[in-house]
Amino acid sequence: MLIELEKRKEPSQAMLYLTPVIAVLATMFVGGILFSLIGHNGFAAVREIFITPLIDTHKWQDLGIKAAPLILIAVGLSIGFRANVWNIGAEGQYIVGGLAGTGIALLTWELEGWWILPLMCIAGVIGGGLYASIPAFLKTKLNVNEILSSLMLTYAAIQLLYYLMRGPWKDPEGFNFPQTRLFNDSQILPEIIPGTIVHLGVPLAFLIAIIAWFVMSKSIFGFQIRVVGSAPAAARYGGFSAKRTIWAAMLIGGGFAGLAGIFEAAGPFQQMVPQFPTGYGFTAIIVAFLGRLHPIGIILGGLVLAVSYVGGEIAQTSLGLPNAAAGIFQAMMLFFLLATDILVKYRLKLNLAKQAGDAS
Amino acid sequence: MSDTIIISIIMTVIGASTPILLAALGELVVEKSGVLNLGIEGMMLIGAVVGFAVTLTTGFHLLGIVIAMFASTLSAMLFAYLTLTLTANQVATGLALTIFGIGISSLMGEPYVGKTIEIFSSWFPASLAEHPQLRVIFGYSPLVYVSLALTFGVSYFLKKTRAGLILRAVGESDISAHSIGYSVIGVRYAAVAFGGAMAGLAGCYFSLVLTPLWSEELTAGRGWIALALVVFAAWKPSRLLLGAYLFGAIMTLELHAKAAGFSFIAPELLAAMPYLATIVVLALISLRKSSGLAAPACLAKPFKPST
Amino acid sequence: MKLISRRNVLKSAAAASTLPLLGKSAFAMDPVKVAFVYLGPIGDHGWTYAHEQGRQAAIAKFGDAISTTIVENVAEGPDSERVIRRLAEEGNDLIFTCSFGYMNPTLKVAKRFKDVKFEHATGYKRAPNMATYNARFHEGRAICGTIAGHMSKTGTVGYIASFPIPEVVMGINAFTLAAQKINPDFKTNVLWVNSWYDPPKEADAATALIDQGADIITQHTDSPAALRVCEERDLLAFGQSWDMTSFAPKAHLTAIMDIWGPYYIDRIQKVMDKKWESADTWWGFKEGIVALAPYNERIPADVVAEAEAIKAGIIDGSYDVFTGPIKDQSGKVRLAEGRLTDGDLLSMDWYVEGVQS
Repeated sequence: MLIELEKRKEPSQAMLYLTPVIAVLATMFVGGILFSLIGHNGFAAVREIFITPLIDTHKWQDLGIKAAPLILIAVGLSIGFRANVWNIGAEGQYIVGGLAGTGIALLTWELEGWWILPLMCIAGVIGGGLYASIPAFLKTKLNVNEILSSLMLTYAAIQLLYYLMRGPWKDPEGFNFPQTRLFNDSQILPEIIPGTIVHLGVPLAFLIAIIAWFVMSKSIFGFQIRVVGSAPAAARYGGFSAKRTIWAAMLIGGGFAGLAGIFEAAGPFQQMVPQFPTGYGFTAIIVAFLGRLHPIGIILGGLVLAVSYVGGEIAQTSLGLPNAAAGIFQAMMLFFLLATDILVKYRLKLNLAKQAGDAS
Repeated sequence: MSDTIIISIIMTVIGASTPILLAALGELVVEKSGVLNLGIEGMMLIGAVVGFAVTLTTGFHLLGIVIAMFASTLSAMLFAYLTLTLTANQVATGLALTIFGIGISSLMGEPYVGKTIEIFSSWFPASLAEHPQLRVIFGYSPLVYVSLALTFGVSYFLKKTRAGLILRAVGESDISAHSIGYSVIGVRYAAVAFGGAMAGLAGCYFSLVLTPLWSEELTAGRGWIALALVVFAAWKPSRLLLGAYLFGAIMTLELHAKAAGFSFIAPELLAAMPYLATIVVLALISLRKSSGLAAPACLAKPFKPST
Repeated sequence: MKLISRRNVLKSAAAASTLPLLGKSAFAMDPVKVAFVYLGPIGDHGWTYAHEQGRQAAIAKFGDAISTTIVENVAEGPDSERVIRRLAEEGNDLIFTCSFGYMNPTLKVAKRFKDVKFEHATGYKRAPNMATYNARFHEGRAICGTIAGHMSKTGTVGYIASFPIPEVVMGINAFTLAAQKINPDFKTNVLWVNSWYDPPKEADAATALIDQGADIITQHTDSPAALRVCEERDLLAFGQSWDMTSFAPKAHLTAIMDIWGPYYIDRIQKVMDKKWESADTWWGFKEGIVALAPYNERIPADVVAEAEAIKAGIIDGSYDVFTGPIKDQSGKVRLAEGRLTDGDLLSMDWYVEGVQS
């Protein structure tokens, strides 16, 4: 092997921040070639997907709306990931959070008042948190792998949604279509910029991410999370309870996902429908990695993913690119990021002398 | 109920179970080696579309299946390179593989939507395969018999062979296996490749036997059921077979019961059952550690030999 | 767009040559921009494919006088709202949103873009610049029911259904009532799969219904999977949305075809003439937006003649499958005499006698 990996003494800070950029650029380059090879105009596709949404100011509102739930969920998950708690069931927690808030909305549909919306949001947080507490309980009491349990619960949550939409929560005036009634004016997130569709949930998501940054970098709690994740032995020595950390990580992850769920239901959807789960909970995992589990990075990562979604739709109308293209670009982005990850801990070394007797 | 209905129900259940069984057999070997590949759904879709496209173009089912298995294995190798060679996070890489598989399969499959092929049906003579009673034994697609043979094959391999022992050792304690001199990474590469090939085979079952069509996301989330099944079976091939038929029964008996006029349980609850049952099994396994049923100790943990 | 080159445009080419050079040379105005939002891929050979054929018919008719855009695979919900809004921003004059789930998103965008005209398929909400349209599929169901009444040996037909919305319910009832005119003991066994498109599940549902004695399968879901099961088992079936003969040449009796072309042409023409108004359009055989695929040779000539006679009766108004007396599942008389109104049909949530669901 001509190129060898050499372990760095310390993880490279430069590479930590540089690799996501490399990943995005590599995706644009390789993606462009790939789509050219299969007979599309690959580089026009890259331009439409990655550049057009950024330079067209009309699209910024779409980016904000698409990025907000991703950022919110990813920030919650990143706290767990830092503590080595692998909650990958955010999609389920997002659904249950949305359902809990919808439950309040349906109970209060004949009422008006400023208090309804906050109550729905609280219900969303509690719903998501409670759903995440199942894997937390199983993990702390029985040492059940949270990757598997949280993933399984996602698919159970989807069925719960279907059940409620087809049965008890179906709009009584909706001709049997499987969806709830529309929320009333006290139950929807107000638009904050007149003439756009940007709802209150969007700035709140960004604000929460920034608050999370302060908490994670300045507080004892943030320190504890990082220590439990990176040096479990030291954490035990320092008196940090691993179980309490797992609980905290799961509840925060679930609560944030639940909040994102009710923001989405009370914002863009304004009702609950069976098509509510659109994979935000899974995409947020990409966002968390792309953002290096750092709240500010996650904001950027969320925007990059939002660009790829919105751009994918633009490319569909302007170039006739198939809808699947956006997904391929997203997956490639994550592949490249994970592939370049190794540069953080290792450095590439050109080795000409050792070539013959290379054993490793 | 008459004989014919019972026979038909058995055949439907086995038909619905086979793809889950095939995919789960692959994932079981992968997990036994200590790797968690969440990309089953993506690999299955790649297998389904490639198998369909090749069969449609050439007219040979077997060729379609072989090339599909190769394509899925190729995608599994991408996963293996990232997670094993570059020690990337397995959960994230597996999810990326699923997203990639959904995207690439619908892109590749675009020209094949709305086309159809001959069903890859039983090789036995019609006197057996279409016999009103004997069809319960002879009336299946060859892939069904392959899935049974592979179940016993995998079980034998893991329990009785030296290679199987090494594979399990790698999954239980990578560091000791490495220190005895086994190539942890090499074993895991092989396991992931096998998982990919099996997912491709499972995908083919959807597009060549069950429907036989290609449509976007044809597998409709059944890759996740396969993942649940591995856990539900507590990583034991024999239980995998029973579990697959149980899950298959859950998925299809609802339709049979409703067609017969019984409606005893909400279909959504039934659909959630495989996942809920898996969580219960996970908890039970943990409660009874001594019974020897447990997740491979190194599951989803990256291995990097210190140099 | 890529489609025009890929899909066969035989029909379009033939039609275009006979057309007067309307629009383009006569008025020399900018082309009318028309956009279509599709739920599935255009190649689904069902619902979305049929809408795409409608667009092709409009292109064939108007040629350069219109320019069209499509977006396929648009998820229902906020994603569709974004797509619809984008199409409105891009200066489209007329936007067709071709799935029920686009109802509220279309309405929201319509409120914002008062100058753009919207057309939503299968919904029930309208605005001054948002019309709705649907087809009287139940007229086609009545023909299928008539054929099934003659062709079914067991007197039981399996019906794979998606969701119990009025459109599906009235289809089940129309099918059953028409079949009972031939065979008074006719039973329709309905199996809900809670999905519009799930090929493996539709295949399993067909098997389950066959096991319970059905010898013909009809469906209100979009995939040809059930047809394949019937072909394999040498039974009979009806296609959905488009001619599905190629999937099951032996089993495919006929299919209800959604011919959206005449409607799209009519609405685009109204935009050109500045006569477009919001309306609720519900056309059928008479206007040519419901049609039947070619009859299978296995249907005897007298049955074909009867089916054609009923079709003629529907067109001239002398035949209405929903003519009293009609009893519901519990045996209660729902309609003693006369006919059900459109309003009754559009809120239908009960099943006629002989339906097992």
